[in-house]
Amino acid sequence: MLANYGYEDASGTYYITIDTDMCAECTDHACVGSCPAGLYDIILDDYDDEVAEIREEQRNSLRTLCSGCKAGGKTDWPCTAACAAGAIRHSW
Amino acid sequence: MNEERKEYWRWAESRWTNPEISDWQGRTITAGVDIGSTSTQAVILVDGELFAYSNMRTGSDSPESANHAMAWALEGTGMTLDDLQYTIGTGYGRVNVPFADKCITEITCHARGANRIYGPSVRTILDMGGQDCKAIHCDERGRVTSFMMNDKCAAGTGRGMEAIANLLGVDIGEIGDRSFQVEEEPKPVSSMCVVFAKAEVAALMRSGWSKEMVLAAYCRAMAIRVCKLLTRNKMEPDFAITGGIAKNKGVVKRIEEIMGVTALEPQGYDTQIAGALGAAIIAIDMLKKKRARGG
Repeated sequence: MLANYGYEDASGTYYITIDTDMCAECTDHACVGSCPAGLYDIILDDYDDEVAEIREEQRNSLRTLCSGCKAGGKTDWPCTAACAAGAIRHSW
Repeated sequence: MNEERKEYWRWAESRWTNPEISDWQGRTITAGVDIGSTSTQAVILVDGELFAYSNMRTGSDSPESANHAMAWALEGTGMTLDDLQYTIGTGYGRVNVPFADKCITEITCHARGANRIYGPSVRTILDMGGQDCKAIHCDERGRVTSFMMNDKCAAGTGRGMEAIANLLGVDIGEIGDRSFQVEEEPKPVSSMCVVFAKAEVAALMRSGWSKEMVLAAYCRAMAIRVCKLLTRNKMEPDFAITGGIAKNKGVVKRIEEIMGVTALEPQGYDTQIAGALGAAIIAIDMLKKKRARGG
């Protein structure tokens, strides 16, 4: 499943996509520790798979919360780098 | 003298019992309760068949809303809460259903419910709720393959439409039909935010626009907004809409026009019960698992 967490507002579109089919096979959950803003959490989803999700209370602040990692146009973000399966994508 | 001011946003609450099911004892009885930000539904299935449901406004207390919705669904059926063998809570307030055996997200439940309401050919579901909007992609079993939601603001949601209904003094159930009573489709309102949209609507009225023109402009703006979400999450026919806004032809027809698709008909189902219906269907599987474990 492609889980898209985020929002669109007048300033733009900010979604983080997690491919939970890839995610379910991961055991090290490196994304959780990689994010300085603590966006990622591991949950048991509705299909009983252990997958990553973006914490609910942070989903509508992604632009601000991710700004530190994206400052200066950087593209080697800690979360995408930490995910060996390549299950994480950002829309912006 | 005490005068009551009419509230145009108040949509009709409803309940229904299947007249064809009278003998439910000894059969599998499951239920789903969907506590949304604006509305709450309770659905009861007997052997997987729709037996009864209620659809009412959510109060300030989620457990109380769940209790009221289920009590109303059970009313006159002879069934009690003790007869429910497995209940799933879903929606925004899903963790607050006092009598639920399990909680499941509304995204999973809506897909499963839409699969029942619209049939296994449905692939793209647009759930237009009270305070959020979700684009859901699913397979032929109603299993979610992708989803995208926007709950950042009330634009493109039922609450936004309610605000406009109250501002214009038009009953919410009449908005769809009246939005087509225009000679020419006006430009959509430009504001994404409901607060600013209300100010824009007031300015349009002052400049001589009719209520019908304003409704057309607002319905189109809402359609454009949700179509962006649909496109971003990949649009694939067959397409269906769930939630309260699915009852507003003014928005539905404009979405169809923009996306170049025709939304499936709900075959007599109330589109607002999709989440609770899906929860009650999933409850059947859960009950089987529970029984297999000897529970």
